[in-house]
Amino acid sequence: MGRIVGGIGLSHVPSVGPAYDRGKQQDPAWKPLFDAYVPVRSWLEKLKPDVAIVVYNDHVAEFPFDKYPTFALGAADEYAIADEGFGTRPLPAVQGDADFSDHLCEQLIQAEFDLTVCQEMGVEHGFLVPMNLCFPSTASGWPVRSVPLQVNVVQHPLPTARRCYKLGQAIRRAAENYSPDLKIVILGTGGMSHQLQGKRFGFMNEKFDQWFMDELEKNPEGLAEISHQKIMEEAGAEAVELIMWLTMRGALSKKARRVHRHYYAPMTTGMGLITFEDQ
Amino acid sequence: MGHALKPIPDTSIFDLRLSRRGRRLNKMCEALCSPTEREAFKQNEEAFMERFSLSEHEKNLIRKRDFKGLIEAGMNIYAMLKVGSATGNSLYRMGAQMRGESYEEFLKTRNISGAV
Repeated sequence: MGRIVGGIGLSHVPSVGPAYDRGKQQDPAWKPLFDAYVPVRSWLEKLKPDVAIVVYNDHVAEFPFDKYPTFALGAADEYAIADEGFGTRPLPAVQGDADFSDHLCEQLIQAEFDLTVCQEMGVEHGFLVPMNLCFPSTASGWPVRSVPLQVNVVQHPLPTARRCYKLGQAIRRAAENYSPDLKIVILGTGGMSHQLQGKRFGFMNEKFDQWFMDELEKNPEGLAEISHQKIMEEAGAEAVELIMWLTMRGALSKKARRVHRHYYAPMTTGMGLITFEDQ
Repeated sequence: MGHALKPIPDTSIFDLRLSRRGRRLNKMCEALCSPTEREAFKQNEEAFMERFSLSEHEKNLIRKRDFKGLIEAGMNIYAMLKVGSATGNSLYRMGAQMRGESYEEFLKTRNISGAV
């Protein structure tokens, strides 16, 4: 049986990628962020998941706006590293789990989530930054297999926070219906507060971000009612990515308990991190 | 069920109407995900813009590196990062311009400006 053993909410700020690749882990400006992941990686090494479901958004690398899926699920044995306009990071191709992806597609579509199914799908910083922080790759590959789940959080109308949460609940039911023994972690990525355009460029709101993490832990059902308008007004237009954290949270049971929590906001994005262990 | 989004001051909400307005600009930026196309853009920006049928107004915004104007013309911020990269303008430089500040002034407003 498939079991969701952990959930992680975390930001996917693009500059973390080059900072990591250039070895800035000990740079005073970056150290607080990278240090926060040291205990998370030890925890993941003990959990020993087989697969990571990564809920993320593409930034116009793989999905141009002419045909833009609301939810797109990867169903492949391998995912290429996408070039999002600045060249590709020196990372190995991502290993998929096509059998589990097929199962998810069947179950989720049966549950009336009409996903776009992707047999080929390049992944970029939205996926790679969180994955490499939690599961660092080596030249020989990645320590876990992945299933990418891409969500439209860029071109309105977006799916509601409630819909994202329900998708997480459906993912949990689908995982539990999977015959092979499989330990799964789910990553909800993006946010926290940030706005990258207009005169309000650089806007952050730590108070909102801390409140969001409080609610995510203690009152996820209530948080799932949050509107795009409220997130964008209080935390910046691009903070609406946070609805993807609710897919992660929806996939966890009532028994899930919070393990780690961290926050660091050096430049233009509140970078949050929260982990839950489940059974 | 659905609630129309209300305007937010100093903020662009990238919806279908804006995306349609910016279609030519965004299509051009989408092409910059290819190294060959990036090279073509750098070699001859005018020919590149012509290929994507940009209007004279859109071409002028690109020529002037008017990032605030490009957002208003419907360019998506993530598409703009690609044209920023191809023209040597980082996100923070584009952001400073959109705020109406110099890059140095903008950095002074940050919590830890070394994290670039």
